[in-house]
Amino acid sequence: MGKVVLVTGVARHLGARFAAEVSRSPDVDLVVGVDVREPYRELPSGCRFVQVDLRRPAIARVIAEHEVDTVVHLTVSATGPGGRAAVKETNVIGTMQLLGACQKAPGLRRLVVKSTTGVYGSAPRDPAVFGERMQPKDLPRGGFAKDAAEVEGYVRGFARRRPDVAVTVLRFANIVGPAGDTPLTEYFSLPVLPTALGHDPRLQFIHEDDAIEVLGLAAGEPRPGTTNTGTFNVAGEGVLLLSQCARRLGRPTVPLLLPALGLVAGVVRQARVADFSPEQIRLLTHGRVVDITQLRETFGYVPKFTTPEAFADFAAAQSAGLLPPERLTAVTDRLAGLLHTEPPAGFNAGPTNAPRS
Amino acid sequence: MTAAREYARGEAKVIPIESAPSWHGDRSPDAAERFADRVAEAVGGALAGKLGPAATRAFGKDWEDRAANGLAFLRRRITGDYEVDEFGFDRELTEEVFLSLLRPLAEKYFRVEVRGIENIPTEGGVLIVANHSGTIPLDALMTQVAIHDHHPARRHLRMLAADLVFVLPVVNELARKAGHTLACNEDAQALLERGEVVGVWPEGFKGIGKPFAERYKLQRFGRGGFVASALRARVPIVPCSIVGAEETYPMIGNAKTLARLLGLPYVPITPTFPWLGPLGAVPLPTKWTIQFGEPIATDSHPPEAADDPMLVFNLTDQVRETIQHTLYKLLVQRRSVFF
Repeated sequence: MGKVVLVTGVARHLGARFAAEVSRSPDVDLVVGVDVREPYRELPSGCRFVQVDLRRPAIARVIAEHEVDTVVHLTVSATGPGGRAAVKETNVIGTMQLLGACQKAPGLRRLVVKSTTGVYGSAPRDPAVFGERMQPKDLPRGGFAKDAAEVEGYVRGFARRRPDVAVTVLRFANIVGPAGDTPLTEYFSLPVLPTALGHDPRLQFIHEDDAIEVLGLAAGEPRPGTTNTGTFNVAGEGVLLLSQCARRLGRPTVPLLLPALGLVAGVVRQARVADFSPEQIRLLTHGRVVDITQLRETFGYVPKFTTPEAFADFAAAQSAGLLPPERLTAVTDRLAGLLHTEPPAGFNAGPTNAPRS
Repeated sequence: MTAAREYARGEAKVIPIESAPSWHGDRSPDAAERFADRVAEAVGGALAGKLGPAATRAFGKDWEDRAANGLAFLRRRITGDYEVDEFGFDRELTEEVFLSLLRPLAEKYFRVEVRGIENIPTEGGVLIVANHSGTIPLDALMTQVAIHDHHPARRHLRMLAADLVFVLPVVNELARKAGHTLACNEDAQALLERGEVVGVWPEGFKGIGKPFAERYKLQRFGRGGFVASALRARVPIVPCSIVGAEETYPMIGNAKTLARLLGLPYVPITPTFPWLGPLGAVPLPTKWTIQFGEPIATDSHPPEAADDPMLVFNLTDQVRETIQHTLYKLLVQRRSVFF
């Protein structure tokens, strides 16, 4: 009997990509994709789409009908159809329903849950680098991070009740890629970036390709010498400061006092330009960095993109900002060129290597 | 002969300018670039003409090199093309800006005399434990400058700072970029295991905010968390005694009510502050001595020793006594507070 993989959240970009990727694997017989909405693009031939609202018990029937042995739960997300209340319900109640169904599925062998490094919160009084075992001092008080923390709690409960199922929780840093649609990528597409005055948070990213790869490894049998069950932080190596991100994107920043930033975020949210939630303000104020030693050494995966590389790939797909780095470097290069060359008659400045086309 | 010609004839050197990091597609030259051209031509013209020799006279012979370095620095900064570590330490900014700003204070104003720098190993993790004083943590900043400037390997001190530092806007940003982090076991251990020089001032606010009458009397050394971190990471502890910082702001009183209102541990009253306003915030120009003592090895103990409270307390006391004795010795040797 081959493998049957159930993937939740296939109507989203990451879910659709993962379903397509896993269906190409030779060990997989069937991929069942479920979501409350139709996928925005056609799932490949090895995938079967079933429209199910995770908040209803119908998911149990889907699992039983297809004799699913691996569940990859990707629905836990910051955004989704409906308002914040609906998103929270899908995240928390949806996970409870899914876990309930999983508990009644004797054939289930493996459960992979997508979580977020947001469960560590963002606070000034916490350690600079979070390991998987650290308890944050300020637990997330609301929003997606709190949903994820609750989901992880239910998953731990499930792991206790079904010790025969291999359970993996992957805490992803902010996922970026050329076609990202997360709240943070929406923020970075604003023409001018509002920031918190006197704070320059450390941010970490994981490239979409790496995220797909890690999910794939977690859904399969562990490779020799590695363990793919447990809780792992997933992030690209290295750190970028928010100011660095803005400069690399060529977007000017407007530092605002924290209360003013809250007001601006409210306006942006109301205008539906970007999902600028209070927890995102906390992230953009205090930042968050996680330790990926466990991912490297125990899980046995080194992300192909470091944080700066992942961000560069995202930035390349963005429209140019108001202050593109090329134009700024053209000025400094030109001045530097002047210092070391004799200006020809007529003051036509010396050669520069600045991109001129 | 103009400065530019001089350069072209003799030591013509082309600074490598790699093509600009291209995060966006190509663009046609537009208004901004034409403006840049005009600025560049004007500056170039001025330098080729009368300004060149004038600049050489005013800024010294190698001004062009320094200007080129400055431009290269500026270029990296404005495009975000620099690295920070996981703790937010921006090495380039620290070396080029922060330390350059603090250096005159250390060398000219406090005339810091550094002794025993050879007690800090050239590589590998080490924990520097020092006495704290002077109402604002100038002593910590001066130690950072001293270690970087006097140590042959030009090592950077990574300080463990109070959580207040990371709550305050601006201060938290500067502290992170200068390589400091929160004083907690996780961060201390992570830095020590990465082989960094970690500095800790275990007296904390009790030490830095103590009244002038209690100068050079070491306060309680916390709960010995720093010793446990060093034991776990198996790195040596170097005791450090700082003389001179106590008298920079002699604290004769504490505005407790105001401190509580502002959420600060203390608001100092000194003979000059707040009476002279901002002028009162100028530190007194005392003469400083920073003495690094013999390293205390911890690798003879197994890593589990960190969980042995008796050993941790004994080591804490040993470090504390060493610093206290060195302080008394340095004070006896000192001729005057200001010279």
